Amino acid sequence: MAASAPVPVSHVRRLWLYVWCGLVALFLVLPVLVVIPMSFSDTVYLEFPPRRWSLRNYRTFFGSVEWRDATWVSLRAAVLTTAAATVLGTAAAYGLAVTRWRWSRALQLLLVAPQMVPAILVAIGLFYVYARLELVNTMLGLVLAHTLLALPFVVVTVTAGLASFDMTQEMVARSLGASRVRAVLTVTLPQIRYSVISAALFAFITSLDEVVVALFLSGGENATLTRRMFSALRDQIDPTIAAISTLLIVISVGLVGLVQLLGRTRPAARSG
Amino acid sequence: MSGPGASPVAPNADALARDAARERRRLLGLSIPALVLVGLLLVLPVGWLFYLSVVEKDAYSLVHYERLVQEPAYVTILWNTVEVSVLVTLICVLLGYPLAYLLAQLPPRAANLGLIVVILPFWTALLVRTYAWLVLLQRRGLVNTLLVNLGLIADPIPLVHNMTGTVIGMTHILLPFLILPLYASMRAIDPDYVRAAASLGASPVRAFWQVFLPLSLPGLVAGLLLVFVLCLGFYVTPALLGGGKTYLVAMKIEQNVNTYFAWGASSSLAVVLLVSVGLIFVGLHRVLAIQRLFGVR
Repeated sequence: MAASAPVPVSHVRRLWLYVWCGLVALFLVLPVLVVIPMSFSDTVYLEFPPRRWSLRNYRTFFGSVEWRDATWVSLRAAVLTTAAATVLGTAAAYGLAVTRWRWSRALQLLLVAPQMVPAILVAIGLFYVYARLELVNTMLGLVLAHTLLALPFVVVTVTAGLASFDMTQEMVARSLGASRVRAVLTVTLPQIRYSVISAALFAFITSLDEVVVALFLSGGENATLTRRMFSALRDQIDPTIAAISTLLIVISVGLVGLVQLLGRTRPAARSG
Repeated sequence: MSGPGASPVAPNADALARDAARERRRLLGLSIPALVLVGLLLVLPVGWLFYLSVVEKDAYSLVHYERLVQEPAYVTILWNTVEVSVLVTLICVLLGYPLAYLLAQLPPRAANLGLIVVILPFWTALLVRTYAWLVLLQRRGLVNTLLVNLGLIADPIPLVHNMTGTVIGMTHILLPFLILPLYASMRAIDPDYVRAAASLGASPVRAFWQVFLPLSLPGLVAGLLLVFVLCLGFYVTPALLGGGKTYLVAMKIEQNVNTYFAWGASSSLAVVLLVSVGLIFVGLHRVLAIQRLFGVR
């Protein structure tokens, strides 16, 4: 009997389920994994498995001024976005979570809205407004836009963290004489630091991987890595993209893995 | 010590109330920077788009909306988008429901490990995943080579730069959006219900159809509406995998802006898309409080 099933059914009878799920799992994971060995292939036409292994694509990437500039732009934008989104989002999440107001939930929803509206609409709306403010193709404009898109992740993550935090601890600190600011800084924040750090990492990934808004708002000197990749993919399948993709995969997986690890070392919430 | 019989109006009740209100204002004030950002960068531009869609040459006019229903090109695009969205959503349900079901039945630790196959692609950049399919589906790509070697086809078939590639790519990218909420809601289903059905004599199949499936319906509807909404507004994957042949709404919007500078045309499409998405989210809210979908309490 399959122990995990609530009804008595043998593994054999559910074999079709296991096979189907196995295929789906392969479908989900293989394309991402396949990019990695492909990036080490030597030919212009990417092949899998590569007949000859070489670092050619990586050399092209690191050696090219355009790709390096684009990477730099992306990293700068991501760091600035992370800072802005984490600060704004954490403050907002705290303010709304702690206040018992009937519009709190609506405001939380409003802060999550940027991820609910299709990206293309956010992009053209911003493009139209930015064109009048001469913010197109500027770092400031890009960071503002990315912060907008990263806010939902920060608000959701920090709100969830605050929900499992016992607010009475903060009240106790205040009743012992600490001002609210001090209580938050010394009692609340350290205990929700896992949520805040995760939120920051999600904001970073969101900005680094963002492509639709960057297509409209970043260009020229301030073209992001994703924008360059998109243009390159539209024209032809440049094998360098495989190398860049591998690097992006490693970064994303690394950061998300970090978030998971941090969650595991968190001390268990004390009850009572 | 004041007890239940104490004077109903405490001497400093007013001051306390004022303090509480001031404190509340200050706390809400913490959220003002974020709200201002969202207001200026989301609400304002979207409002502007609404305005642009009803203006033509400095006069109010509905010509942009008329064009959407009268010009065959636009009608085709709208229809295509809905078609592709429905197709992708159905495939996602077929692929995703069993996997979510299996994962929800595993013990938590094994399930977390199993979820990696969903989380890994979820957090991989959209562009990277689209690119992966671009390479895999080429004429000399892995998929075609495999099919030829297995003897299933004689010559490589065109799998990319057409509707097929678009559907495959979109399915791959949107599948986690179905599986994750569905898994969460399945986890919340008490296995005792199914056990009770079994103890009353139901076969495993019957227990599933009549007990488990209906209980998982809210999560399923939430997941598939989310996938559908994302399909409607999808840009990157159709643009790269469609080869210019699959025209979806988002691509037309982009074309109108970048190539034709036709703000009226693109904003009317944008409004239609936004209103559709909005309506679906409202409908979704009736099934599953929408804030729970995004993690907000």
